[in-house]
Amino acid sequence: MHARLDRPGLLFAAIGLAGLALPLVQFKPNRIVLGEGMTLAAALPLGMPLALLLAAVLVAGCWRSSAAWRLIGAVGALVGLVLALGGSAGHLTPPDNTLARVSPSTGFWLTGLAFALMLADAIGRMRPSLPVRWLLLAVAVGLVAVVLASGILDGVSVMREYAARRDIFLREARAHLFLAFGSLGLALLVGLPLGVALHQARRLRGPVLSVLNILQTIPSLALFGIMIPIFGWIAANVPGAAQAGVAGIGVFPALVALFLYSLLPVVSNTLTGLTGVNPATREAATGLGLTSTQVLTWVLVPLALPVLLAAVRIVLVQNIGLAVIAGLIGGGGFGTFVFQGLNQTAMDLVLLGALPTIALALVAGIALDLLVEATSRRPKGT
Amino acid sequence: MTGRLLLAAAVLFLLAFLLTPTSFAWLFQPVTRNNAPAIYTQTPLWSLTLSHLALVAVAVIASTVIALVLAVLVTRPAGREFLPLARTVTSVGQTFPPVAVLALAVPVMGFGAGPTLVALFLYGLLPVFENALAGLTGQPPQVAEAARGMGLTPRQRLTQIDLPLALPVILGGMRLTAVISLGTATIGSTVAAKTLGEVIIAGLLSSNTAFVLQGGMVVGIIAVLLHEGFQALERMAAARTGLNR
Repeated sequence: MHARLDRPGLLFAAIGLAGLALPLVQFKPNRIVLGEGMTLAAALPLGMPLALLLAAVLVAGCWRSSAAWRLIGAVGALVGLVLALGGSAGHLTPPDNTLARVSPSTGFWLTGLAFALMLADAIGRMRPSLPVRWLLLAVAVGLVAVVLASGILDGVSVMREYAARRDIFLREARAHLFLAFGSLGLALLVGLPLGVALHQARRLRGPVLSVLNILQTIPSLALFGIMIPIFGWIAANVPGAAQAGVAGIGVFPALVALFLYSLLPVVSNTLTGLTGVNPATREAATGLGLTSTQVLTWVLVPLALPVLLAAVRIVLVQNIGLAVIAGLIGGGGFGTFVFQGLNQTAMDLVLLGALPTIALALVAGIALDLLVEATSRRPKGT
Repeated sequence: MTGRLLLAAAVLFLLAFLLTPTSFAWLFQPVTRNNAPAIYTQTPLWSLTLSHLALVAVAVIASTVIALVLAVLVTRPAGREFLPLARTVTSVGQTFPPVAVLALAVPVMGFGAGPTLVALFLYGLLPVFENALAGLTGQPPQVAEAARGMGLTPRQRLTQIDLPLALPVILGGMRLTAVISLGTATIGSTVAAKTLGEVIIAGLLSSNTAFVLQGGMVVGIIAVLLHEGFQALERMAAARTGLNR
């Protein structure tokens, strides 16, 4: 009997059952006051059977079973949990009451964590092939989109904050994406040639890399702050700059700060990628009569691609996270909601900024991991 | 050699600046406007630096201890089942933006040093755990073979062979954790933790670049010193293992 117990399953069950015993939602008369916690069983008419069902999935996970079953169980339970959250928001909020808020509470997060871990464990055990993992990622993103679009969650506090500022949210989302991807683009535009140049000019490597290293040690908050007067000065003193939209406050200082942070990963990974190519390969290419530019573009860069993509992953995930700080200096992005929420102690607003940021970083990180794997697995000799 | 001299100069400059910040007012005067104060004096800089460092130290030590225990557990036969899961969790966990973690800790912990500590602790777990895992599982097979041949018990193998050999890599993880925490702790001041971020935020709010610069400068110098200090420790630990890496 003992041998058939699944240890990770026991851990998930412990976390999940604790979550089910804790309040699923907080019911608050308005968005700022502290609310009253309600467990799943108390928050919904059908809460008790649903809680028992979720508990059954957790307990069943304690015994060894095929990974596919665990995957199905975990996904089903996650969907059920989210539906329960949406359902209890609709059930608890009195009709025509626009002030009352129902927000997810400890129980929701803990139970969600337990099933997310179960899901991750199941996927890890299945060792899915690369295409299957792409498919899983697409299905997960699709599922989230369907749930959000369906309006099931519209009664939940975060979604009500969203509904109250839909246009601003879309604007800040665009700003956030622009900051993260724009700074990545700039870093690639400057960092790749710089890395190639440093690869040729061995003597400059040390000094340039240490300057970039020191740039990374400046706390993000300070780097963003330092950019403000610099850009203010440019706007005031460079003719045409102010007309072009350059200002001390806004998107430019944030973009440049993120760009500076991104340079080190791009440059150092370009160098690592290029120096990592087997010297024999390079000699063979030269022996074939390729010029040095051809060697670089046809041989070195394709071979260094996985390392370059790894740099893109580091930079993108890092910048999606750091772009939050732009909200503090008027640079826009999801950080606007986070810091507004912190100032007003309106935690639902903080969630509205933090959750999309986390989701974005997560998807970008997983997608680029898959890309790195896809490029490094390419058959040798082509 | 010049590197060491530069580091020593940085330490002296930092100490002098923290002890008598007002004597460096001339340095920051040019970037102030409208006769704004050049040096942040609401709270002494040295006391902010100390509480900043204390926050980082507590977080780094706590996350190192927990991450090491977890790494040892999942590499024992009894915990092997958790290994794939642990790897997934660490790689996914590191994509979580530290600022978001910090903001999400506020509803649970309230304002102050609490949420900052939690965010730094959680975020710090991952680099140490990842490196400890790499260090504990990445040993040359001959070493494990020799240890078994010598008749060491699993416990002796862990304390006398595996951990000392993994030490340089573990220190590398601690270095990452410490440097990241140092920078992230400044953001803690947005939720009212006493750190050097207070100086930077005061500068942002009153558009006084001098404050932003001095806060950033102190954190930056400490980050470089921490980085170099840990690297020196790593070299010492690596030299002690006697393995040629």
